[in-house]
Amino acid sequence: MTNKFITSFIPWLIPIIIVIVWQVAVAVGVVSAQLLPAPFTILTSFYNLLVSGELFYHMSGSLARALIGLLIGGGIGFVLGVANGLSKFSYAFTDTTLQMIRNIPNLALVPLVIIWFGIDEGAKIFLVSIGVMFPIYINTLHGIKNIDPGFIEMGKMYGVKGWRLFKEILLPGALPSIFVGLRYSLGVMWMTLIVAETIASTRGVGYLAMTAQQFMQSDIIIITILLYAFFGKIADMLSRWGEKRALRWHKSYVNN
Amino acid sequence: MAVLTKVKNKVYNEHAVHISLKQVEKSFNDKVVLKDISLEIGTGEFVVIVGKSGSGKSTLLRLISGLEYPTYGNVLFDDTSIDQSAKSAKMMYQDSRLLPWKKVIDNVGLGLKGNWYPKAKEKLEQVGLLSHQNDWPSTLSGGQQQRVALARALVHNPSLLLLDEPMSALDAFTRLEMQNLIENLWIKQRFTALLVTHDVREAVKLGDRIILIEDGFITLDIKNPISRPRSLTNSQFSKIEKQVLDRIMN
Repeated sequence: MTNKFITSFIPWLIPIIIVIVWQVAVAVGVVSAQLLPAPFTILTSFYNLLVSGELFYHMSGSLARALIGLLIGGGIGFVLGVANGLSKFSYAFTDTTLQMIRNIPNLALVPLVIIWFGIDEGAKIFLVSIGVMFPIYINTLHGIKNIDPGFIEMGKMYGVKGWRLFKEILLPGALPSIFVGLRYSLGVMWMTLIVAETIASTRGVGYLAMTAQQFMQSDIIIITILLYAFFGKIADMLSRWGEKRALRWHKSYVNN
Repeated sequence: MAVLTKVKNKVYNEHAVHISLKQVEKSFNDKVVLKDISLEIGTGEFVVIVGKSGSGKSTLLRLISGLEYPTYGNVLFDDTSIDQSAKSAKMMYQDSRLLPWKKVIDNVGLGLKGNWYPKAKEKLEQVGLLSHQNDWPSTLSGGQQQRVALARALVHNPSLLLLDEPMSALDAFTRLEMQNLIENLWIKQRFTALLVTHDVREAVKLGDRIILIEDGFITLDIKNPISRPRSLTNSQFSKIEKQVLDRIMN
């Protein structure tokens, strides 16, 4: 019992010590409270943001962009991945172009995107979509292409054709790989969003951070950083949960 | 279920198929794999094809399954071409090819429409694995996986069961069990069966007829009249086994 408590407590020891040292250092005056506010100050600011509704307003703005961008970009990447995995013609027709576009860092498009879309939602959604599209495209393609051809032959012999072939053999076979792509693209999604929102925005967590910078509100900047960490963690947990459910049959999950 | 008809002491199933190969040749990129194969396989007959690796025996099986087309010649099911025949062939592979993302019962029901559940359960019962119906295939042993694959083939009530070395990856005891299971189910249902193997003893145990393929030619085609179930200690058994082995090793 005590052992169990110690092993579950030990990982948190260093963070707790850091927070205590931090609070003391600021209180004593070793560090300027202007540059690095004390943890307690940050908590207070967080509470104020929460109560005023500002926090929810900006978080929901960021979340909406992230999800819409993920749906559009991920959807296109998935469809292209499936099409190119199944059809040699489609692959020959589009893959080279896609690979060329993929090699452009999506953030290099920021100046152009601002000219095109202004600082509207469109700009951010476009950047996120472009960013998440390729990891999903590549991994879906890889997943479909790497399905054991023996399964497909067997499926045909047993009367599984067309849509059922896709639903019962191709998609589940490619799913482990698609999940790898999804988790990778979630990382790209947050990164793109952070950059896009800090550059040009009137709403969102990044906008919150930029205004805070202008007013030297380090506490709020730190809150926004923590918010992104929180978003990232939640997204990763959700995709892991989805993966665990969808891949219950997989070797790595079967005995759990 | 199979309706068995008894004609002149010979039991067969109306549903089973008669196969004829007429001067079949098959080549892949100028490499001739099968040459001038003419073969009649009777309704409900259990034929075993033996031969060394690369002799063309698996290609012959794939031609009969309709997965490959002959370069020359014809493969006929009851005098019609395979594509037009209503008779269905089902194949069992060396690797079970169970879909790992489907539970055992759903693997058996693969490709079936309508209310297939009771049929799938019945076949799983016949191979003795009903208690595993809700397991993932990866949790089963190799022998159990092949039994599920057998149930998956039989649930379609096939006119022809093609067995592409389904027992070669199994250990000796499991292999014997599997041989008995296939033999018993064949006796009950009398589909036409075609087994490819490189195990001559297995061939003599299961086949009504043993065909040897060497370098793309049929070089031996003998009847096996021993009554079933066949005992390995039967003198006639070892005689036929020796005859085939001698021919292969000559």
